Amino acid sequence: MTTPIATQQTILVVGGGIAGMTAALEAAECGKQVILVEKTPSLGGRTAQLYRYFPKMCHPTCGLEINLKRIKGNPNVRVLTMTEVVGVSGSRGDYRVTLKVKPRYVTEACTACGDCARAVSSEIPNPFNYGLDKVKAAYLPHAMAYPLRYVIDASIVGTPEGEAAKAACKVGAIDLEMPEETLELSVGSVIWATGWRPYDAAKIQPYGYDRFKNVITSVEFERLADPHGPTGGKLLRPSDGKEAKNIAFIQCAGSRDENHLRHCSRICCMATLKQTQYVREVYGDEGKSTVYYIDIRAIDRFEDFYQNVQKDPNVRFVKSKVARIAENESNGNLILHGVDTEGYHRYANEHDLVVLAVGMEPEIVGIPLPADLVLDTSHFIEGSRTGGMFGAGAASSPLDVNRAVQSATAASLRAIQVIHRSATTEAA
Amino acid sequence: MTTANQQALAKYKNDFLKEVEANVEEGHWVRMCMQCGVCAGSCPLGPHWEHSPQKIFMMIRAGKREEVLTSDSMWMCTSCYNCIVRCPRKLPITHIMHGLANYAHRLGLAPKGQPTREIAKLFWNNLIKTGRVNELKFSLAMYFKDGFSQGVKNALAMQSIGLGLMKAKRLNPFEILGGHRCKDAAGIQKMIAKAREIEDRKKGFA
Repeated sequence: MTTPIATQQTILVVGGGIAGMTAALEAAECGKQVILVEKTPSLGGRTAQLYRYFPKMCHPTCGLEINLKRIKGNPNVRVLTMTEVVGVSGSRGDYRVTLKVKPRYVTEACTACGDCARAVSSEIPNPFNYGLDKVKAAYLPHAMAYPLRYVIDASIVGTPEGEAAKAACKVGAIDLEMPEETLELSVGSVIWATGWRPYDAAKIQPYGYDRFKNVITSVEFERLADPHGPTGGKLLRPSDGKEAKNIAFIQCAGSRDENHLRHCSRICCMATLKQTQYVREVYGDEGKSTVYYIDIRAIDRFEDFYQNVQKDPNVRFVKSKVARIAENESNGNLILHGVDTEGYHRYANEHDLVVLAVGMEPEIVGIPLPADLVLDTSHFIEGSRTGGMFGAGAASSPLDVNRAVQSATAASLRAIQVIHRSATTEAA
Repeated sequence: MTTANQQALAKYKNDFLKEVEANVEEGHWVRMCMQCGVCAGSCPLGPHWEHSPQKIFMMIRAGKREEVLTSDSMWMCTSCYNCIVRCPRKLPITHIMHGLANYAHRLGLAPKGQPTREIAKLFWNNLIKTGRVNELKFSLAMYFKDGFSQGVKNALAMQSIGLGLMKAKRLNPFEILGGHRCKDAAGIQKMIAKAREIEDRKKGFA
């Protein structure tokens, strides 16, 4: 691969989700040089893994398509996938960045024909579907993947299967000798759009995510509802593949909890309200949703969305944080125990499937970061001491897609100002 | 009505939350409760109480002074700490329950004959005499707290356990004659009296 040329006039954007793509494009379309690095093999991030957006219930594919088209048409953006930032030094206007590029084992000659996948039989958990199903060890990350290139999983490199994949490639795009590379770049400003990850639900011991098959997370439920997901869009529960028609949604699974995440993750209430409408979409009046909540926070102007869901006779709201979940071993159903706050009634309700509305944890938790970065108590990025690095999107605060895009645009403008100022100083 | 109770009523008028915050151990945490209900649902004795912790906290805020202080609920707490462990706001719920029970007791409002309260009283009176718990006397006092004939029935029912304890040298029948004591029982009693005086002054009971 050719080393990208970068100078103190270049902006580095870390993370290729919706916020990173937006930040990179806004700067590039202002004529700035941008390098966009992404850890996984394709752009789109967690947004690409959603089935629909609230409030308009449209599909993320169209928004992604527009952004990918902008990226493809803009020579100012250089995209590096399977790349991580391993070191940053320097200060505002003059950063030295070290990048590590993992081998994809597939070169730019790939035509995405799929012959390599057909030649391979071993499978790996599918990261796009949060491991709910499997994918061949030579795979295209997802249908809208950009770059549109296959990936050879490292597990088959050096095995006869890897050789078989190589032999099957008619265009000779597979290079099993591809090394890991380290790049040193000079950039003027860094935008951290490192995003979020779902909080590890297994840590919420009383909910039994690690013990009960039919307790899943809200991000997994998105994949179940998606026609490209593991069940082809059917809401089938994991234990026995039965249609789940009586679904419990538990809010604040990890969020607003001193034992887990201190912050309110802000999007989960709207995500659950949206997901109750997936149940209606699939089953009509046969599908019942029950939302267990502390209080519903339908962020700002989405109150009307909440009111419409409240009018839905198939959605029931129980004001209570569920205390504990037990499994009915005879049928795999789950029994939710708790006491509600509207009358203090003790309940033990049985459901087919439980969806935990898990909180948003910054993806950077546990990763050593440049000392220049300033984080809040929940590890969201507030900015940098010397003012040359910025947080964007869900890396800066728990945000939905719409607000992540706004935040990324704002970060982009600040990064442009840094570049602009160092350019004028040099001229003077 | 006790004087302490009349004084508290006069001082705090209808602001029971303020009264709890000022006088109940860890009472200042009550307003931090967000009414999620995890404590109520996590309590192993939950179905047996009239008022769950969550409900007690809301009753305090609603100024239901009489109902809270005469409730037997906080006396039912076994200190398992499940509520504290799970509370998303880290309220020391167990400690607040004990604080409320203690405050109700001091005001003379705690439910009469509530078994936990009776045991606590017997234990305390037993302990402060010699500075050591006389287990034999304590057990007998427990057996006979509901009258002589019930006491005999209780003692007979526990006979085999008592004999077993004696055989294992865990129970000395001669303890009935007074039993072992601290070297300086009078000193212990003085210390307790002083501690009580300080606490009374702090909590406005003096």
